[in-house]
Amino acid sequence: MAERGGGHRLLLRGGSVVAPVGGQRADVLVEGGMIVAVAPGIDAPPGTEVLDASGCVTGPGLVDLHTHLRQPGREDAETVETGARAAALGGYTAVVAMPNTDPATDSAAAVRAVLALARGACVEVAVAGAITVGRAGERLVPFAEMAALGVRLFTDDGRGVQHAGLMRRALEYARPLGVVLAEHCEDEELAGGGSMHEGAWSSRLGIPGQPAIAEEAMVERDLGLVRLTGTRMHLLHLSSARSVALVRAARAEGLPVTAEVTPHHLSLTDAEVAGYDPVFKVNPPLRTAADVLAVRAGVLDGTIDAVATDHAPHPPESKEEPFDTAPPGMTGLETAFAVAYGALCLDGATGAPPWLTAPGASPRRASVAELFGALSVVPARVAGLDVASGHGGPIRPGARAQLCVVDLAARWTVDPATSASRSRNTPFAGRELVGRVRHTIVGGEAVVVDGKAVR
Amino acid sequence: MSRAGLLSIEDLGRQGIVEILHLADSFAEVSERSIPKVPALRGKTVATVFFESSTRTRLSFEAAAKRLSADTMTFTAATSSVTKGESLRDTVETIDALGVDVMVVRHGSSGAPAQVARWVEAYVVNAGDGQHEHPTQALLDCFTLREAMARRAGADPVDDLAGVRIAIVGDVRHSRVARSCVLAFRALGARVVLVGPPTLLPPTTEGWGVEVVHDLDTALDEVDVCYLLRLQSERLREALLPSLGEYSERYGLTRERARRLDPDLLVMHPGPMIRGVEIAAEIASSPRSLVTRQVHNGVAVRMAVLFRLLAGDLRAPFPGMPAGAGAVEPAVRVTGGARSG
Repeated sequence: MAERGGGHRLLLRGGSVVAPVGGQRADVLVEGGMIVAVAPGIDAPPGTEVLDASGCVTGPGLVDLHTHLRQPGREDAETVETGARAAALGGYTAVVAMPNTDPATDSAAAVRAVLALARGACVEVAVAGAITVGRAGERLVPFAEMAALGVRLFTDDGRGVQHAGLMRRALEYARPLGVVLAEHCEDEELAGGGSMHEGAWSSRLGIPGQPAIAEEAMVERDLGLVRLTGTRMHLLHLSSARSVALVRAARAEGLPVTAEVTPHHLSLTDAEVAGYDPVFKVNPPLRTAADVLAVRAGVLDGTIDAVATDHAPHPPESKEEPFDTAPPGMTGLETAFAVAYGALCLDGATGAPPWLTAPGASPRRASVAELFGALSVVPARVAGLDVASGHGGPIRPGARAQLCVVDLAARWTVDPATSASRSRNTPFAGRELVGRVRHTIVGGEAVVVDGKAVR
Repeated sequence: MSRAGLLSIEDLGRQGIVEILHLADSFAEVSERSIPKVPALRGKTVATVFFESSTRTRLSFEAAAKRLSADTMTFTAATSSVTKGESLRDTVETIDALGVDVMVVRHGSSGAPAQVARWVEAYVVNAGDGQHEHPTQALLDCFTLREAMARRAGADPVDDLAGVRIAIVGDVRHSRVARSCVLAFRALGARVVLVGPPTLLPPTTEGWGVEVVHDLDTALDEVDVCYLLRLQSERLREALLPSLGEYSERYGLTRERARRLDPDLLVMHPGPMIRGVEIAAEIASSPRSLVTRQVHNGVAVRMAVLFRLLAGDLRAPFPGMPAGAGAVEPAVRVTGGARSG
């Protein structure tokens, strides 16, 4: 990545830069991959590439803690190249590639293979490792060897580590390595193979459900293990109200735990399953309106640190299987910012798309700065991305230029056919969103200009 | 694009159900003729597309189609390209391309007929999908019950089941028959009580408009009809029950239990019956049992469904039918806001 940008000069002109309160009108001048000036009315020296940022806010490039790039193994669903392009279009400058590939990222060789693929990608791809070999939940991966290659986050995502004793050992072993273990909280016994949230809708639709307790039981177990071992832990895609309450209590107690929520759990409920379209099948499942309100409240009060996509591409034929056999997962990189913006920052009075307004929601709304906090600043730290990388900001002279420019007024309708992902399984197809990424700057280089990927 | 067909009892509403029952009255009369056949659907093609095994439902639909003079086609997953890995979508699109007017679909997965209906031009009739619904079973049950009530009253059948008290007993959680029957019985004004151990009842019946009890004997004292569901032995492997013996003791219509029953209590079962588990052999064959009437009436009711879909205006779906089943409230709609059309 270091060579990116070269001596190239680039000016983001006419916008404002995200700030703790409001946003300050400022242009951003980038040279040689670094931010060299942040000030209003910068004069562009001749030869400068000028990008129009008028009416837009410039924030730190988004960082996704939870991206399934599917390579190696399922190149029909996604590749590092196509997933990275979708990420760039969504305003991301870095993503963490989940290890549930085929083969799983559970060895130094597997890490090297993904790093090699990542080298040509248009955003930075950090590699997450599995916790257990083959994600089978039996033997630990070589944490230290993989950490030496730069792996900072380990997870068996797609599955939780079922054996409490093994998870305890993993946390203990990992502690001196300074890495973070991330858990997909799902007790498989309690989940019972259910393919949607267990409740009124599953009862009516005759689809075996997985109860919220399947998630909550593992959240509770893992919080206990964090208390015991003192190792930092990150909880992936929390979806239930009780999970949020458990994490809130754990944070109050001072446990070193962070948590994320997906855009779809911030916005959709199990009622979406009524038409039996497997596009709405996801793990953890879409839950009730009360859960949606609870996870939103969790972000607003800081219990949930990060919004992460769990971008999980699947080819169309997989999502045309019957609901119970179709694979779970939704794409999300290109829509995450707008869904989160509509769910967390806007309300009916400030132009939220009607489908995103939730009756009974807290009147408090997140600021745009807080939104960038959850989509960029905090994820960069959880992912262990070096401050020198520029990911997660701050936007100031001397920092590496990892930026995204968003038009917060743009209203648009999601069209899966135009996605840069190799897959089309977005649950937001046909829905109106507000807020659209105009430019994305990775290491000083414009990779998305006017909403179009340029590489 | 979606002119689905019959995917759920919710597609019909009360008025749609009554309309089917009336049509079935006239087709029942056809079935009594020496040549039980009418030319109503000559030139139409009905395909039975079964991804799961079935005896009575398939034969019943095929008999119904033939008595209406429709051509029939038969697809069985076990003898098809599905065994070579052909997808559900490719399979039904292939059948659709052969030119069929109605596809009668059975599938082991809940919702599969709703998916099929999004892909094909033909009307789709749900002949049982996973643990979701089996609407024609519920319709023939309504028909049979109404017939039995009329016979008892010595009068012509009335249009509803108002005031009739029905216990649905057993594995409601996994039963597509139960889901359709609850909707249909409630739509016609019956009172429904679900009876079974909590492990075999749905996680919630919020919005179903039913009562739930766990003691069969209490329930039997207060109902006119005992509708027994089949118990599949895999429920034991899933540890939802300790033993078949205990199930039979607590929820089976055993000989001992039958002795204490009100002589007027009617017994129904959708089949296939496991005699000795949910129902004692002699009860299944006793006068209080409507089991053979259920099977018999299935043909007339399915004739009514096929006729309603295909006769006359091909594009007029069932009254009150939403575009795409399931796009409805989770609450069971007791009275459909149906218009006849």
